[in-house]
Amino acid sequence: MSTTVPAMGLSAADQAALGLKPTLWMKITRFVRREPLGTFGLALVLLMAITGGLAEVIAPYNPTENDFAAMMEAPSLAHLLGTDQFGRDLLSRLIYGARTALIVGLSSALVGGFVGLVLGVGSAYFGGKIDLILQRIFDVVMAFPLIILALAVVSIFGTGVQNVIIAITIPLIPRIARVVRSSALAIREIPYVDAARACGFSHWRIILRHMVPNVMAPFLIMITASVGQAVLAEASLSYLGLGVQEPVPAWGLMLQGGAEEYASTAPWIAIFPGVAIMLSVLGVNLFGDALRDTLDPKLRER
Amino acid sequence: MMRKALFAAAMGLGLSVAATPPPAQAQTPKRGGHLTYMIPADGGPSLDGHRETTYAVLHATAPFYSTLVRVNPDNPSSTTDFTCDLCTEMPTPTDNGLTYTFKIRKGVKFHDGEPLTAHDVAASWNKIVNPPKGVASARYANFKMVESVSAPDDETVVFKLKFVTLSFMPALADPYGYIYSKKRLDQDMHWYEKNILGSGPFKLDTFTIGQSVKGVRNPDFYHPGQPYLDGFTAIFAPKQSVRVEAIRADRAALEFRSMPPAAIEQLKKELGDEITVQSSDWNCGNVLTPNHKAKPFDDVRVRKALFLAIDQWKGAQALSRIAIVKTVGSIVFPGSPLAATKEELEQLAGYWPDIEKSRAEARRLLKEAGQENLTFEMLNRNVDQPYLIVGTWLLDEWRKVGIKATQKVVPTGPWLDSMRSGNFTVALEANCQNVVNPIADVGRWLPYDVEQENFGGFLDPTMVEIYNRMLPETDMAKARALMRQFEKRINDEAHQLMVTFWYRQVPMRSYVKGWKVSPSHYLNQTLANIWLDK
Amino acid sequence: MYMYVLKRVLLVIPTLVGAAALVFLLMRLIPGDVCVIRLGSSGGTFDPKAVALCHEELGLNRPIIIQFFEFMWGFMTFNFGTSMWSAKPVTTEIWARLPVSLEIAILGTVVANLIAIPLGVISALRQNSWLDLFVRVFAIGGIATPSFWLGIISILIVLDVTSAVFGKAWMPPIDYVPLWEDPIRNLSMVILPALTIGYRYSAITMRMTRSAMLEVLREDYIRTARAKGLVHRLIINRHALKNAMLPVVTLIGIEFAFLMGGLVVTEQVFNLNGVGRLFVQAVQNQDYTLTQALVMLTVAVFVFTNLIVDLLYAWLDPRIRYS
Repeated sequence: MSTTVPAMGLSAADQAALGLKPTLWMKITRFVRREPLGTFGLALVLLMAITGGLAEVIAPYNPTENDFAAMMEAPSLAHLLGTDQFGRDLLSRLIYGARTALIVGLSSALVGGFVGLVLGVGSAYFGGKIDLILQRIFDVVMAFPLIILALAVVSIFGTGVQNVIIAITIPLIPRIARVVRSSALAIREIPYVDAARACGFSHWRIILRHMVPNVMAPFLIMITASVGQAVLAEASLSYLGLGVQEPVPAWGLMLQGGAEEYASTAPWIAIFPGVAIMLSVLGVNLFGDALRDTLDPKLRER
Repeated sequence: MMRKALFAAAMGLGLSVAATPPPAQAQTPKRGGHLTYMIPADGGPSLDGHRETTYAVLHATAPFYSTLVRVNPDNPSSTTDFTCDLCTEMPTPTDNGLTYTFKIRKGVKFHDGEPLTAHDVAASWNKIVNPPKGVASARYANFKMVESVSAPDDETVVFKLKFVTLSFMPALADPYGYIYSKKRLDQDMHWYEKNILGSGPFKLDTFTIGQSVKGVRNPDFYHPGQPYLDGFTAIFAPKQSVRVEAIRADRAALEFRSMPPAAIEQLKKELGDEITVQSSDWNCGNVLTPNHKAKPFDDVRVRKALFLAIDQWKGAQALSRIAIVKTVGSIVFPGSPLAATKEELEQLAGYWPDIEKSRAEARRLLKEAGQENLTFEMLNRNVDQPYLIVGTWLLDEWRKVGIKATQKVVPTGPWLDSMRSGNFTVALEANCQNVVNPIADVGRWLPYDVEQENFGGFLDPTMVEIYNRMLPETDMAKARALMRQFEKRINDEAHQLMVTFWYRQVPMRSYVKGWKVSPSHYLNQTLANIWLDK
Repeated sequence: MYMYVLKRVLLVIPTLVGAAALVFLLMRLIPGDVCVIRLGSSGGTFDPKAVALCHEELGLNRPIIIQFFEFMWGFMTFNFGTSMWSAKPVTTEIWARLPVSLEIAILGTVVANLIAIPLGVISALRQNSWLDLFVRVFAIGGIATPSFWLGIISILIVLDVTSAVFGKAWMPPIDYVPLWEDPIRNLSMVILPALTIGYRYSAITMRMTRSAMLEVLREDYIRTARAKGLVHRLIINRHALKNAMLPVVTLIGIEFAFLMGGLVVTEQVFNLNGVGRLFVQAVQNQDYTLTQALVMLTVAVFVFTNLIVDLLYAWLDPRIRYS
């Protein structure tokens, strides 16, 4: 039923009336027009990703190189955002920090998301005892304070970005699983599923073909929210001395110790990392909100 | 006397040890006022000074107690000036130096009105020197030379020693040597863990768990005129930014430990002459400890290369701008007559004045040992000042001879545990003592068959032999010569290295007078001689 | 309905038991222990005999299984033991610090909700207006800003502003007095941390209220009521608000538990002697008994809050009651 009549300029209602299926480009422009904040958020996220990805190219200095002759210098032409207490260029550290934040945020969200998806859908689909036990485990993990998990992981396995990711991922899993599960439960109840089982379709086919696509919307929203939460969690853990350790450049770590100590003498050390965290989490959340507004059918304009 | 002056003169640049107390004042102390200060830690475990080692306990409880002898509170930076607190005069030892007889003041009372006699002193010291089963005494190892403590009558305490040593009097002046009530100790040896009852310049007013300690003047205090203060409040404040801001806003007058240079600069900039800063070398330092049981650090050449790569002289200077370190020294506190002079230090590996030559030698040793591409992970504690800063600097120094080292930074518990279980290759430890007592203090460098908590994992009978000769040596010159031998032995075998002594800088509101800084944050904390010029 | 309540209440038990076992295990997996920290962290030499004595005093040298059973038994009989660090009863330690944390949490919640709910409702009613956009960005700012960073910056701002305006820098008191003893001093200490925590909390509630309000406004029965001609205001008050409250109530409940968690970093920044700070100390000192008790406290608050919320849900929304 699709035609090649150019659809731009027609409203969504008219497009529907003409039977036109929107192309990807049309979807994007519609998104930008409807969700200015979300687009802004996406732009921030992309900026962070590009900065982190191209860190070696963009950063003017080596982020871990100490320069005792240039300690705590105010922003100048040589160091656009100043230097910290070891003489390290703050801008370079922020840029490489974007990479760390991205790695921590994305890894935690993706790994946690994937595991949460599997557990949530599985729990909803199989129901019964499996569901009950998994729910209780989720309760325990969700109620558990992050600081203990982090301390345990860091103390046993050592510090390092991958261990911080593990510590942050663990509390994310039950939260994602919960949301996925409640969406999946709705699908589970449809008689179609029972009919499909009666026809002999395997579990896998039903899960992959029917349940997973339907939980995609809330799942994606949770993932974007989780990226933001992961970045904030890393900041809090570093503040308490349990996150990434020196000399790895990470925004949360930059706010710990030195920043507080020099907050009055060299305020740029404390201000810029905080702003960086704020902007990236802001961006991710704005985008996530816009995504939800777009994907949630109830909120679409009638 | 002359010798001491010579030693003092022989200490040149880089060994500057002068404490900078406030300008001499001919002012008369004013009576009255309430001092609010901060304790840079969370509340300590128990209240028993004999049992604990953390300064949090000391800063919170010292004003309530008396000790037998102490470092002179009006000259606390001296390492040899000890005066009486509860005794009447400093005794001359009799019996070839093996017996010390102290006369105790008359008329001293505990805060509950009970009289304090020599029996209380003897009971307290017996608890410290020879604790009964089930009772912990953190520093009893400092008193190996004491054979017995007894009180033949109400006013006399007698210490009998097994052997004569220069380390006895400094050990006796231990600021933790609180005199407890014999009556209470007889009822319950653990009573003082949860209770405060002393004879010191202040009486306990309130103790709010985890938050503050308040004391009021003891009207029956035996030093005439003291204490000048009506009372004090000590607030626990572990976060440094809080402490700096509190001084700035005059929520508290000071903290008694130390602040890093950045905080001092900031306060000076904002408060001008409303702030006075007192500084002193600190009887604390970081120790670089390679694990002799971990390859390739079982090879003395590799260990020595580690030491030779470090430029302590320049490094200490640069670091002193951002960290609480300053003076370069070896195993003895730089202000002590037993410490090495600059010339003597420069003979040791890690202290050579020509750093290029030193690093060339380091590279040569590494090549000889087949370790040109040495890579390892150094264990460090996750505390900024000065551990992380010194650690980061060390990694940089090693990079300059081709060693690729990284830091493994862990919280305090795992840090201590890894070291105790030998689960590390190289570690950065801390070494903090209180009263400057070099002969006792250097005991911690001894191998693990003598000093069980030396994490280096090495044995060295020669070292032990030198130490055993030094311990009973009473002639200062001979003791000094032996100390140099001891120091040289540690360095020749590259067992451990002292990397910069810490440096105390105590900022306080200028209206606080009477307190003088000392090389240890454990000393001079009874507050008896403090007054407020308000 | 009764079956639902009963089942729901019983499910609390395995959660609590699971959390207890987990914290017990995790704490003991961390190398080092409270004795070593107590004796070794000042950097001086310490005596292995003293460490051994300490282990004996605290029962740390007994087999793990016995320690575990003692812990579980104590937990079930509400006997939480003594802190391994200070040797005071755990209940004394927590009780001494509870007033501070509660005051901040409650004050923060009140302030947050006072701001959040009206703003969220207005924002929903005026969707896509400038006010709406502003509220949304303001709200997300609250979620995106690390609360400890906000705390640090806010103290500095207060110090600098008072210094510039009055010539003398002002900072909140660093030691706590209870509200009834000296209300002004108490409030001056508590207000900044309450606002810091409250901002984040209000942000979430604001967004939730807005989105719940939006969703309900689109519901069929609201459109019907509008079509019938019911007065605008009446609709908002009776129908929309009641159903919008459902997710908001959920949120308030869950977020209150998270608030307690947020106190951990905030209390550090403002030097508040609260439960959060006690928690950090206990974990750093590896004080098993105190940490275990605090974790159980947090878990219990979380679990019971969820329970109450679930039961409220069942009561408020008839559709759930009969499922």
